[in-house]
Amino acid sequence: MELPAHAAFIVAAYGATVLVMVGLIAWVIIDYRAQTRVLADLDARGSGRKAS
Amino acid sequence: MIVQERSMALIQLANPSRFLALVGRVLPWLVVASLIAFAAGIVLVLLAPDDYQQGATVKIMFVHVPAAWLASLIWAVMSVAALGTLVWRHPLADVAAKTAAPIGAAFTFLCLFAGSMWGRPMWGTYWVWDARLTSVLVMFLMYLGLIALWNTVEDPSRAGRAAAILTLVGALNLPIIKFSVDWWNTLHQGTSVFRLDGPSIHPAILTPLPVMTIAFTLLFVTLHLGAMRNEILRRRVRTLRLLQAQGA
Repeated sequence: MELPAHAAFIVAAYGATVLVMVGLIAWVIIDYRAQTRVLADLDARGSGRKAS
Repeated sequence: MIVQERSMALIQLANPSRFLALVGRVLPWLVVASLIAFAAGIVLVLLAPDDYQQGATVKIMFVHVPAAWLASLIWAVMSVAALGTLVWRHPLADVAAKTAAPIGAAFTFLCLFAGSMWGRPMWGTYWVWDARLTSVLVMFLMYLGLIALWNTVEDPSRAGRAAAILTLVGALNLPIIKFSVDWWNTLHQGTSVFRLDGPSIHPAILTPLPVMTIAFTLLFVTLHLGAMRNEILRRRVRTLRLLQAQGA
């Protein structure tokens, strides 16, 4: 199968799209896990009751 | 009556716990909708024929155009949120604005990068300082400035007001971006989809564009709600730590 002309530019554009999307999805998931973990720690130490 | 009901819904959403519950219910559906839209978009992109002049390079448009749409849409969303911060003082407004900025910056970068990947084989250059490209670059730099501002001021409410003013100033760039191809003689092509005399693109190549644009938009809404949930949790952590420090 022959690659289309300028295939490198097409691959670069779609590669960047995948990288940007995966990066944003990972940012949201990793941040969510980090925040819920810290909140669970604080709740376990009793800070949650003081705040509510 | 309808206005009153809408106002009540906004007031109820001002309660972060209610908002978090709503996000928890809506997010799985948004993820599924995004996946379906991307699956449909990718199939259409693969089936789309090559352009008679651009060849397969035309397929770069299917990521460049939706990214460009999101770059401006996200700034518009932040501008509404900025009004929410300055005028209505809605508690979630600056959360919405803060979390939209990195997503907007990422898609503006993607728009510029994909555009330059198309420009090199088609125009013979990665970049020209024409009005459309330059005004989008200015928006990208303003996104970075907003992110820097949010990270510089520690108190979220103070940062929110400063960022809201900068966002509204930056909103002046939106009509410049939109009409730059009409107001100035640019290398960037003019409007080719939303025209009074109809799109100037052949339907076979046009069809994947709206589907990919819907997929990108659904992904943005999903990411934005997720990031807003994270920001609310981060502010809870901050409050709990402050209370802990005061109690110590």
